[in-house]
Amino acid sequence: MFLTQKPVFSNLVKVTHMQYIPQILFIIISGVSIYLFAKKVGEIRRNILLGRDEDLTDNSKERWKNMVLLALGQKKMFKRPVPAILHLFVYLGFVIINIEILEIILDGILGQHRLFVPLLGQKLYSVLIGCFEILAALVLIGCVIFLIRRNIVKIPRLIQGELKGWPKNDANIILITEVILMGLFLAMNTADLVLQSRGVEHYTLTEQFWISGNLTSIFSGLSNEALIAIERGGWWLHIIGVLAFMNYLPYSKHFHILLAFPNAYYMRLKNQGEAENMEDIQKEVLYMMEPEKAPTDAAPAEAPRFGAKDVTDLSWKNLMDAYACTECGRCTANCPANQTGKALSPRKIMMDTRDRLEEVGANINKNKEFVDDGKTLVHDYISVEELRACTTCQACVEACPVSIDPLNIIYQLRRYLIMEESNSPEEWNMMFGNVETSMSPWKFSPDDRDKWVQEMAEA
Amino acid sequence: MQVKSMAEYAANGEMPEVLFWVGCAGSFDQRAQKITKAFAMILDKVGVKFAVLGKEEMCTGDPARRAGNEFLFQMMAYNNIQTLNGYGIKKIVTACPHCFNTLKNEYPALGGEYEVIHHTTFLQGLINEGKITMKGGGTFKGKKITYHDSCYLGRGNNIYEAPREVLEAMDVELIEMKRCRTNGLCCGAGGAQMFKEEEKGTTRVNFERSEEAVATGATVIAANCPFCTTMLSDGLKNQEKEDDVQVLDIAEIVAQSME
Ligand code: SF4
Ligand code: SF4
Repeated sequence: MFLTQKPVFSNLVKVTHMQYIPQILFIIISGVSIYLFAKKVGEIRRNILLGRDEDLTDNSKERWKNMVLLALGQKKMFKRPVPAILHLFVYLGFVIINIEILEIILDGILGQHRLFVPLLGQKLYSVLIGCFEILAALVLIGCVIFLIRRNIVKIPRLIQGELKGWPKNDANIILITEVILMGLFLAMNTADLVLQSRGVEHYTLTEQFWISGNLTSIFSGLSNEALIAIERGGWWLHIIGVLAFMNYLPYSKHFHILLAFPNAYYMRLKNQGEAENMEDIQKEVLYMMEPEKAPTDAAPAEAPRFGAKDVTDLSWKNLMDAYACTECGRCTANCPANQTGKALSPRKIMMDTRDRLEEVGANINKNKEFVDDGKTLVHDYISVEELRACTTCQACVEACPVSIDPLNIIYQLRRYLIMEESNSPEEWNMMFGNVETSMSPWKFSPDDRDKWVQEMAEA
Repeated sequence: MQVKSMAEYAANGEMPEVLFWVGCAGSFDQRAQKITKAFAMILDKVGVKFAVLGKEEMCTGDPARRAGNEFLFQMMAYNNIQTLNGYGIKKIVTACPHCFNTLKNEYPALGGEYEVIHHTTFLQGLINEGKITMKGGGTFKGKKITYHDSCYLGRGNNIYEAPREVLEAMDVELIEMKRCRTNGLCCGAGGAQMFKEEEKGTTRVNFERSEEAVATGATVIAANCPFCTTMLSDGLKNQEKEDDVQVLDIAEIVAQSME
């Protein structure tokens, strides 16, 4: 029983209920998929909001501009033109072919076939599908090249340590799925064209499509039944594949397809060199120096934690960054510490943040609220050695195509280490001591600060 | 040559055009003192009325903040802002990109708002106004020079062109390293690394960077930061190239080229 039959009113009495099974099945599958997807997205939203507040709503004009240029226009990708162009194919293909999904969904619900042909006219419809086919072919080629880069050429940033296991599989699964989905789309259209040419009932007549139109000879030896099986099989697998893909997204680095947009919108607009100010400490120092300014009536507030020990101490933007990370490794490839063999990798900072946040989220799902599991982001996920290797050079921030700021997290973890754990190398303790007592990071006498002025006067 | 302090200006009821913020490296480090002197000499020659804070200047707190010691940073910032605001300072020039970044970007939130200029931008301005004239064709005319972007001037504050324009005005042959501008490789000193041993790795950041600079075939590496200058010089020593290649600050290159 296939979905191609359009029940005609006069026939209705004769039609068995069997007729509606594919439609009902389709609606159930879609409904369940959408429900599961929405549930997981809701969980991710809740996890992100576990972060502390950070106001990133000023200057909305600039923010819209960033979203258009960085997310939609993928501006930073074009620093490396080859992957940028391939990625653009896959991205455009993904977005535009989803318009075709609209027809598939409506066909599925209404039990129609190629519903849009009469609406758009044969000519326009065929041109549109032809365009989709070209995109599908480009996506297919792009994904195959990406698979080769990852698994055969082994581009260093795509095979580094932190990608072992799931992250590596994740990347390959998506690429292979894309290849299969695009293949199904083309096979389905080819079978459809052959069936049309044989005048098989319910196969709405269109013009030849640009790519599948050239492939019909492959299928010409097959029987109508076999072709209908391929066409229907392609149709079902395609739509099930798309729904499965949608549900896979939020568990994968491919969630960046969605999060790249809000992430670009909410990126920090300051100069990259500027570190985030800690107002709590600013006030504390002010009240220490000018006690008359200290509020007298305020109840002694619970001492806040300085810096970040775990994901919930980070800001919501740090946490959204973690979910938006594509694990592309552009940050790490540009990191001076990583390039010289240090343990630090900004990509790993983002992946660890996401893994820990997912763990905290699962803990909340299970226990209704977070129950201490004896673990923290610092130490259990990110080591002191990694944090100490950072030169705060901002190369990672500059390189990230989806507006992620790994350095911002590093700063907060460092602040926690120094101010809460007094966990600092001996040389830094000496430097702090010098700044405090000699007003310079070295142990020089403050009186010699203008010695060069005297030397110039004497010269 | 006389360099006047802010206290002296104030005592005479005068205001300088600009305050020269020297920074700790520029004040104490022997190599960096030369940069300080070169820049002061240029200012003096072109007749810019400038002052220094002298003994009243303190560390901006940058290394403390980058290491994670926000308390210490806030203390230093508080004291410096008191001093600067006390004198009613409006305009500051500095030869250190770390001081530049802190004064320009991080002090405003703490009540210290000034016009802050990095010395390479300042020099570019003087050249554009025709105030700096080269002797002969310029000491560095036709010399192969490569320019190292410091992180806090480049990526940190998007200043890539001013130092290059100054070098071009000196008629040098500017050769870029592959990792330049937004892709520039750090010298390894930032993030308070200057004050500790590097973490375990396969090489040092300054070795990696100075090798890249030497590979361009340049005889001079132009820098804009006292820390980069030190790191790159050490990198050259490691390659035993210190006799063939020099690290010079943009201010030193200008000072040596001037009439
Ligand atoms: S800021 Fe730190 S983590 Fe980012 S690239 Fe530089 S050294 Fe690496
Ligand atoms: S942080 Fe950005 S640059 Fe780094 S891996 Fe993630 S997406 Fe790529």
